[in-house]
Amino acid sequence: MNHWAEWLLGRLDWSALPFWDAIVDPTTKNIVNAIIASGAGAMVILGGLIAIGVLTWTRRWRWLWSEWLTSPDHKKIGIMFIVIALVMLARAVIEAVFMRLQQAVGLGGGFLTAEHFGQLFTTHGTIMVFFMAMPFLTGIINYVMPLQIGTRDLSFPVMNSVSLGLTAAGAALVMVSLILAPFSTGGWSGYPSFTESAANPGAGVDYWIWAVTLSTLSSTLTGINFAVTIYKKRAPGMSWFRLPLFTWTALCTAILMIFGMPPLTVATALLALDRYLDFHFFTADLGGNMMNYVNLFWAFGHPEVYILILPAFGIFSEIFSTFSGKKLYGYGALVIATMAIAVLSFTVWLHHFFTMGQSAHINAIFGIATMLIGIPTGVKVYDWMLTMFRGRIRFAVPMIYAVGFIILFAIGGLTGIILAVPSVDYQIHNSLFLVAHFHNMLIPGLLFGMLGGTNFWFPKAFGFRLEERWGRRAALCWIVGFMLAFFPLYALGVLGMPRRSAAFFEPAYLPWTLAAAVGALIILLAMLLLLIQLWVSIRDRDTNRVPAGDPWDGRSLEWSVSAPPPEYNFPVIPEVHSRDAYMRQKENGRGAHPRPDEYTDIVMPANSAMGPIMAATGFLIAFGLTWYEWWLVAAAGIVSLIALVARGYVRQRTRTIPAQTVRREHEAWLERVSRIRPVSRREEQTPANQGLAMSPLEGAIQ
Amino acid sequence: MSHRQLSEQEAQEKSSELRTYLWGFGLALVLTLIPFGLAAYTQTAARTLYIVIAVCAVIQVVVHFRFFLHITLARNKREDLQLILFTVLILTIMVGGTLWILFNLYYRMMPAMLP
Amino acid sequence: MTATPSRHPGLNLGHAHGDAHEASEEFVFGFWVFMMSDLILFGLLFATYVTMLGGTAGGPGPGELFELKSAFIETMLLLVSSFTFGMASLALKYRTDRKVLVAWLLVTLLLGLGFLAHELYDFHKMFTEGGVPSRSGFLSAFFALVPLHGLHVTGACIWLIALLGQIAVHGLDTPTKTGLMRLAILWHFLDVVWIGIFSLVYLGGIV
Repeated sequence: MNHWAEWLLGRLDWSALPFWDAIVDPTTKNIVNAIIASGAGAMVILGGLIAIGVLTWTRRWRWLWSEWLTSPDHKKIGIMFIVIALVMLARAVIEAVFMRLQQAVGLGGGFLTAEHFGQLFTTHGTIMVFFMAMPFLTGIINYVMPLQIGTRDLSFPVMNSVSLGLTAAGAALVMVSLILAPFSTGGWSGYPSFTESAANPGAGVDYWIWAVTLSTLSSTLTGINFAVTIYKKRAPGMSWFRLPLFTWTALCTAILMIFGMPPLTVATALLALDRYLDFHFFTADLGGNMMNYVNLFWAFGHPEVYILILPAFGIFSEIFSTFSGKKLYGYGALVIATMAIAVLSFTVWLHHFFTMGQSAHINAIFGIATMLIGIPTGVKVYDWMLTMFRGRIRFAVPMIYAVGFIILFAIGGLTGIILAVPSVDYQIHNSLFLVAHFHNMLIPGLLFGMLGGTNFWFPKAFGFRLEERWGRRAALCWIVGFMLAFFPLYALGVLGMPRRSAAFFEPAYLPWTLAAAVGALIILLAMLLLLIQLWVSIRDRDTNRVPAGDPWDGRSLEWSVSAPPPEYNFPVIPEVHSRDAYMRQKENGRGAHPRPDEYTDIVMPANSAMGPIMAATGFLIAFGLTWYEWWLVAAAGIVSLIALVARGYVRQRTRTIPAQTVRREHEAWLERVSRIRPVSRREEQTPANQGLAMSPLEGAIQ
Repeated sequence: MSHRQLSEQEAQEKSSELRTYLWGFGLALVLTLIPFGLAAYTQTAARTLYIVIAVCAVIQVVVHFRFFLHITLARNKREDLQLILFTVLILTIMVGGTLWILFNLYYRMMPAMLP
Repeated sequence: MTATPSRHPGLNLGHAHGDAHEASEEFVFGFWVFMMSDLILFGLLFATYVTMLGGTAGGPGPGELFELKSAFIETMLLLVSSFTFGMASLALKYRTDRKVLVAWLLVTLLLGLGFLAHELYDFHKMFTEGGVPSRSGFLSAFFALVPLHGLHVTGACIWLIALLGQIAVHGLDTPTKTGLMRLAILWHFLDVVWIGIFSLVYLGGIV
């Protein structure tokens, strides 16, 4: 009996329950931690049950399966990526609030155990990078990029669905670790020898390894998909220097994914070999060398930073030019700067470990390379400012995020230059100064970009605008909350407070940690406001509809189709004659929506179950590996291999939409658009805005 | 799909491609035999041998790309050539950087790890 | 009649294949990109191997464990298999009898399996001589790099078997053809990686 249980469950037993410590050792602190941890686990279970209940009650399982999970449509996959990102964002923000509260009362102890605190900062970092930022930017690129370059789907739609499945599996693994605890306490970077089995034999680090590995595989496939799509599927006439800037950043991000992910795959794979098969890559004994892990991890980690930031740069470029009513200033310079950043990002990884002990001249060279990145980034900031210069700026929600970004990002960039000086880095490395710096880059940079982008393209995806007032409140709370939560951390870092401290004994830190905690609560409020904004927008969707598809007087091709776009995106593939293709079309008098001479049959990829199958098997393999359930690993592995081979035998890979249907739908839409009154920019935020912009020739505010 | 007669032009193309493969195979064979032969049957100094091995390996990689994978300088293959060259650049940065950093660290802190 | 321009490196199907020639462009380019990503993986494992050369921790080193003869046999098996795959590619392109194509593919498969068998035999011999990965950092690095290449060859063999099955079921239609073209790239690519392995690991270790 016992033998069978061991065979079935591996090393999984009662102690994995989040409240086990409190039962074994019921101290006050353990009980408090058990309540918090069990509450988190209960929320995961409750959330899952509610989702299952709603789907069953509304009889939507079949709809979910055939319309969403098996869909190869890049737009739906993009939306699902963003849903994952938002769910994970909510969890990681709550964790952040707990960490800030702990440090606010952390003088001499606080209320969290060090173990619990360690899990919080590890999951917070892992989620924010791999399961919030990556799916968010992947989702937005997925949705927007094919529309911008005038194509109907990515090069490999089913592989896209598999990418989504792998990310979902990794996110699910991190969620499950709340119920069957613990997660790793090794930080998001998971340095050995702390994460080696000698110091950390439990399941936590293994959860981390496999969650990250799933995400890495997903991102590599995504990168290949995006790059090939941009190389091979652009609409006729869409030459390289006519690409919208967002597509340029998407291309550079894709290239960074292709070449930046392998080092992480190597690092986590070798760590797994150490832990599972007793290899000696990073162990302290028998010829191991843990410094190589640090080297490999950051050979990934630095390109990763630019994977995160470049798409946001692209989004801001679109926002600045659209809401200033001007063409982007210095397009060529921005493209070259983007490429320069992408290449330079491979040459600076050592600045993450200036203090590891290499010679001063190596540190100096990498320090200089790091500062060089400031040049193309500076070029970008000036280009954005000059785009706004003498424009008719409209402070819509995306623009608020963008302006918040440009100021805060410049401050964060300056602290980055400070950190790039090795001798200064020796003083403040591993302190909260560093934490303040990278949050200062990633929250205004990445997150504001993603939220601004969501507000910008939401009407395109769902056919109605997001509510403006709650959106502004949320944006302001993000900006203020961010400043209050992270500027004190600069001071704390200079005062010498180490990062990742569960407790401290220096009263001078207290005012700063209290201020930071208030800031964290404001960020939590901002999250809540985002939710209210979404709810109010859905409630009032009928007054805010924009069926004509161009609510902001947009410039690139995605605004030329209906909102939401038909599944084939373009009834007829457009021909591109210049940069800002759609704006040119609106200006040159042929009308925003010319009627094509003829329609042709459209061949679209057919649905495939490969995505969900890979998600399920990926999750089960990872779960089995984490808990040593080898039968599960073998079974799921065989199923996924069979699925991969069987996929090769499938010949029904496409389906055809007849030209008649396309004509009917397109003509119905054109008919509807012809009854819509074009609006000037003054009326942008009113219900009169149904997505038809007044032609610039008629004197709309530009 | 059935067996069919090749046109004259196709037959020419085919024999020229066959020659390409044969050339590639022959060159690769020679470039493999040289280092193995030197290592097995001669007492060449280690340093010279390392250089010969490295040079043969690099040439053989180029031979494989040229004759088996048909990478050429033709205009319509530029994208792929760019891709490969970019990969070589990234590889050089990552591998070179790794060796530089780690051997420097060994030299300063772990002399036992120096071979 | 002018020759159809080739669209990508590797085998080009040419005008005789119409659809497949067009369709292959994206697939083959995508597969190239994937191969290059994979190459970074191998490159970093090579680098790690070199940095671990000193980490023998008193255990057996390269001189004691590697044999020139078996490295040479494995090298030849792979090199010849690369050539036979090239012949299969020609048979595909010039629409020689399907039997000829299948025969070349089978020869390639046998050579691939022979390589794997010999490599496994080699590892077995190393194990009996105390060359196990848990012995030292150096052996860990060896057993990450070389078996990863072996795993790739295993995957390529499984793919080849699956494609032979597809030829049997569907004949030589467009998906099968593009599948064969991608596998050809993988096969030649693995041979290129092996050049690095025999030069750096085996020859470099024995000298």
